[in-house]
Amino acid sequence: MSGNAALGEAAVLSGCTCYFGYPITPQNELTEYMAKRMGELGRVFIQSESEIAAINMVLGASVAGARAMTSSSSPGMSLKQEGISYLAADELPAVVVDMVRGGPGMGNISPAQSDYLQATRGGGHGDYKTIVLAPGSVQELTEVVPLAFDLADQYRNPVIILGDGMLGQMMEPVSFENIKPPKEYPKDYILTGAKGRPARMVRSLLFDTKEEEEHNWKLVRKYQRMEQNEVRYETFMADDAEMIVVAYGIGARIVRGAIKRLRQENMKVGMLRPITAWPFPAAPLQELANTVHDFFVFEMSAGQMIEDVKLALAGKGRIHFYGRPGGVIPTPVELYRIIGRHYYMAARRKQQ
Amino acid sequence: MKKVYTRPKTLKEAHFHYCPGCGHGIINRLLMEVVDEMDLREKAICVAPAGCGMLLYNYFDIDTLESAHGRGAAVATGIKRVRPENLVFSYQGDGDLAAIGTAEGFHAANRGEPISVIFVNNGVYGMTGGQMAPTTLTDQVTTTTPLGRDPILAGHPVKICEVFAMLDGTVYLERVTVNNPAAVLKAKKAIKKAFQCQLDGKGFSLVEILSPCPTNWKMGPVEACRWIDEVMTKQFPLGVVKEVS
Repeated sequence: MSGNAALGEAAVLSGCTCYFGYPITPQNELTEYMAKRMGELGRVFIQSESEIAAINMVLGASVAGARAMTSSSSPGMSLKQEGISYLAADELPAVVVDMVRGGPGMGNISPAQSDYLQATRGGGHGDYKTIVLAPGSVQELTEVVPLAFDLADQYRNPVIILGDGMLGQMMEPVSFENIKPPKEYPKDYILTGAKGRPARMVRSLLFDTKEEEEHNWKLVRKYQRMEQNEVRYETFMADDAEMIVVAYGIGARIVRGAIKRLRQENMKVGMLRPITAWPFPAAPLQELANTVHDFFVFEMSAGQMIEDVKLALAGKGRIHFYGRPGGVIPTPVELYRIIGRHYYMAARRKQQ
Repeated sequence: MKKVYTRPKTLKEAHFHYCPGCGHGIINRLLMEVVDEMDLREKAICVAPAGCGMLLYNYFDIDTLESAHGRGAAVATGIKRVRPENLVFSYQGDGDLAAIGTAEGFHAANRGEPISVIFVNNGVYGMTGGQMAPTTLTDQVTTTTPLGRDPILAGHPVKICEVFAMLDGTVYLERVTVNNPAAVLKAKKAIKKAFQCQLDGKGFSLVEILSPCPTNWKMGPVEACRWIDEVMTKQFPLGVVKEVS
């Protein structure tokens, strides 16, 4: 099954009752899958007139109490940022999928990781954050999708699934057995018509600066709870490593192949793979820095996540970087060569 | 003594923030009168705009969401698809619906979403201080058309009702005004009809209301009301633009 289709089925099984989307490559298989499945199930599907409309339909569905999702790719994600900012301000749950492609501008339709900063820094206007889940395989997509819906409901906040064109379009065997029936969350904020209760209002306009500041601090406390409780990551051959590669998503998948080769030649290279790009796994990285001096950041971008690695390490250790922007997918052999060279040079420096 | 008029139950006892002579206060009150008379408080969900009308949730005692500028029809679509049994209406100004949110309004209308749009046309951007709106009349002076709106440079007034009338999804479109008591009653009737269309599941309904903005028109309230009759209705003719039975 393709990653895009698997994502769609996982959303259906996670209780997504509304999907709104606008066509853009490389995520069209998801929109098409949802058109078919949501129709079969009598759920809501709209092919919207734009990404802006789609995210606002999600907002409407969410404020009406539904589990709602939209998906897009990089240029479309730029358009959705307005709505994501409103969702965060209104404290409404939503799941937004970004199958990243090469950019900036029109870029191309090849897989890329150049939307990392947009996704992890809020992306739209104002002080807000979204949880960002970055799966690395089709099977893992089926794990992060129900998680995304649960986290969105739990925190009443939009959650971004940060994939890329390769993850969306590659075919892998997949099982959905891990997806449990969706949980019920108390929804005392939704608009249903004020039957037997005072009227509710959902808004983000707070003219009184004191009120707006309070609202901002309230959001910050929520983001702090996310940072405490929702960091997810995976390590690979990190126990005895002398160099740690930091990579996520499909980039980490390629790194894994490179590390296997490096290990065959007794180069002690391991990996830390953030599963949540935000909140970023800073603490485990800091802990690794107690025993490891060399960190190698690989991204399919000109260097975005490296900012988080620098912040986490705060001057500790040495950071190496290799990036392939523009939708280029390096091979494991290419990464094996580059990482190997840096590993060798680092070892020589140690001897001197 | 017979009581001939009282504040609608769903209109909160708050002071309107609207300028003297503004039409929003009348339109807000009309909407809540209709909600009361049609017994819709427990069914109604309002989508508020950005602009002068945005604070209406301080006055309406019904469930309300404040939408981003121009996105009202898309948000209302999301709500209505989840809660088809509710009455969902958006309240949008001319900048909101006829400029930044034209795509959202147009396509909601084209899909025939059974929502109602209350479209307040006062020919200017009120809240931001009287700039040219898409509906600003030819030759009308605003802060961004200091010499009057020149169609060659700034285009023509956008006629939303006439444009939407060409879409198969729309069932009821009427242009009214609120510049005299008779017109106010007509406006109320139109709102009622739009809501009834929605409750009957017929499709997309819209009431365009020509509304005075004395502050930004630089007129007194009486003069503003007269200007609607003498100038505005010449470019925006009143009446039912489309009605599908």
